[in-house]
Amino acid sequence: MRVRFWGTRGSIPVSLTWRDVRDRLAQALVAANGQSLDTLEKACEFADRHLGFSLARTFGGHSACVEFEPGSDEYFVCDMGSGARAFGAHVLARQAGREATINVFMSHMHWDHIMGFPFLGPAYVPGTRIRIYGCHAVLEHAFRLQQDPPCFPVTFDQLAADIEFILLTPGETATVSGVRVTPKLQQHSGASYGFRFEANGKSFVYTTDSEHKLEERSQTEEFVQFFRDADLVVFDAMYSLADAVSVKADWGHSSNVIGVELCQMARAKRLALFHHEPAYDDAAVERIFAETRRFEELTRAEHRLEVVAAYDGLEIDL
Amino acid sequence: MTMNVTLSQRSYASSTVVAPAGRLDHDNCEAFREALQPLLQEGARAGGGIVFDLSALDYVSSAGLRCFMIAAKEAKTLGSKIVIAAMQPVVAEIFQISRFNLVFDTFLTVREALVTLSPDSAAAYGRE
Repeated sequence: MRVRFWGTRGSIPVSLTWRDVRDRLAQALVAANGQSLDTLEKACEFADRHLGFSLARTFGGHSACVEFEPGSDEYFVCDMGSGARAFGAHVLARQAGREATINVFMSHMHWDHIMGFPFLGPAYVPGTRIRIYGCHAVLEHAFRLQQDPPCFPVTFDQLAADIEFILLTPGETATVSGVRVTPKLQQHSGASYGFRFEANGKSFVYTTDSEHKLEERSQTEEFVQFFRDADLVVFDAMYSLADAVSVKADWGHSSNVIGVELCQMARAKRLALFHHEPAYDDAAVERIFAETRRFEELTRAEHRLEVVAAYDGLEIDL
Repeated sequence: MTMNVTLSQRSYASSTVVAPAGRLDHDNCEAFREALQPLLQEGARAGGGIVFDLSALDYVSSAGLRCFMIAAKEAKTLGSKIVIAAMQPVVAEIFQISRFNLVFDTFLTVREALVTLSPDSAAAYGRE
């Protein structure tokens, strides 16, 4: 199973400014002083080897959209944040005129998780089948609402694709084109749902916009079971733990520390920090990533958890 | 407390030093919270602040950190204040990674913490 991140930012899309780009370029030029970088290949190799992630790359700014490939001709994707536009372009390019079937799993319908759908290219292509799965009764209403006037020039009914909405039941495993899917209720304003996907002996948990209050041991145990032995857990690590339990309590998000602890208890293999705080620049996210890996080392018992920080364009093979 | 963390307390003039020892985690944080209650009340009655002496605390999980946060709120409600002192390196790193170092005033030693709370308390501590 391959997991591909099209959007990893929380709450609202962000982008680099001209100052960010200029400053990075200047730092890179200084770092390259004295090097003989007379081809693009040499320059790219230098950037990859000698410049840090937050200088040579970016975590990206698209809001939530994560694709996974279970080994099927159909497409599977979680959430329709702004990353869905690039995901749609990828589908069209890969299909090369052939009709596509896209299975969408919606954590919830807050704006940052649906805003990419009106820009999903395949939705405008006759013959495309789009099945949108979720647990909210207002699932279809939300998708239609955001394309109603005066918010968008193309109404939902004008889309050419065959679009179907399918409600799943939390805690009940469904099978979607060979993939076992189990939704789980999460704590978030208006409720959100995490999904555990299982196919071909691999398991992937998508759990974003989920607050962990730490008040009830039983709630913690529920998530440990949900994450149990997962090959990958994509986890809402938007806030620091201190913020999450104090000034940002009840804001519906979690922290890197909780992500590590739950994954350690569940013996998950890999944790991807996700839903990055939009106020953080790349250096801040990179720092949090390094601290999270250190926290995993500090708290490791016999089980080693691999920690990654998700970025737009990251692909992980499970 | 039926847990692998123990709690001791000593008074220095108007201030109280509370010293948890062992590992504070998801399994024992609620018992720890309950054990803290009378100490918070007593500390507030004494009129000074409360120092958490973490020199014997080997590990603290997110649930344990939440206990500290709740205790700080309760102390504030009682008109008192909690500060942190003498963290072991691992616990200090956990405070930094979780950003709890930005929530609490932290000190390298109990004496330094007491000095900021009350000169009388620091003096009493120094007479030991």
